[in-house]
Amino acid sequence: MASIRKIDHIIQFFMKFYRIQRYKTSPHTPLCLPLNECKVALITTAGFYLPEQVPFDSNDCSYREIPNSIQTQVLSAGHKSEAYDKRGIESDVNLAFPLDRFKELEIEGKIGSLNHRHFSFMGSITKPKSLIKRTAPEVAQMLKSDGVDVAFLTPV
Amino acid sequence: MCNQSVGLIQRAVEETGISTVSITLVESIAKRVKPPRALLVPYRLGHPLGEPNNPTLQHAIIAETLELLQDEGTPPILKSSSQKGEFDGQN
Repeated sequence: MASIRKIDHIIQFFMKFYRIQRYKTSPHTPLCLPLNECKVALITTAGFYLPEQVPFDSNDCSYREIPNSIQTQVLSAGHKSEAYDKRGIESDVNLAFPLDRFKELEIEGKIGSLNHRHFSFMGSITKPKSLIKRTAPEVAQMLKSDGVDVAFLTPV
Repeated sequence: MCNQSVGLIQRAVEETGISTVSITLVESIAKRVKPPRALLVPYRLGHPLGEPNNPTLQHAIIAETLELLQDEGTPPILKSSSQKGEFDGQN
């Protein structure tokens, strides 16, 4: 348990630099379809990007569209935070963007289908105003127009 | 940090009428940002799906996360994973 306490200290240290948003309630969209009939999209904040895409900057509220058809090995990890050990996601993208796992779920028929695109954001954003006001709603609208039923989100 | 960004994006997506679930590594942030449905996992930062190159564990965590979609309670729904942390039993 000593290691977990050490991690808590790291989190507390980094949280000093973040103004964490505080909400009283959550939005609520109940799932009305069985999962095996749902179209699913993934969203990660690990800052993954494709070789032909512009890498993320620090405090970057923009996003990258990740086609469902890509091989996960081509993704680079753009997250620049010093708060975590990057060797895990460099060894296996699925650790923070489980696209291969969801392709397996699609083949097994446990989800209806995967959307044709997914989205990647940067994580360590100390000034999230543009994320809240602009880029997150933009991505939400694109997923809505794609007919996505379920979004699965992962941090890093 | 990442866990806040996930929660903020998740809220925006749920607000458009899409059901959402997420994994979180930091309970205190999830309690403030209140993503609609989140699974709290006992792993260190950088390891939301547990371990690299461990598809069995990754599938178990994904299944546990997707189960939250069936929860008929009112969000925010924050549940602790039944998985053991990577340091459990080692220190």
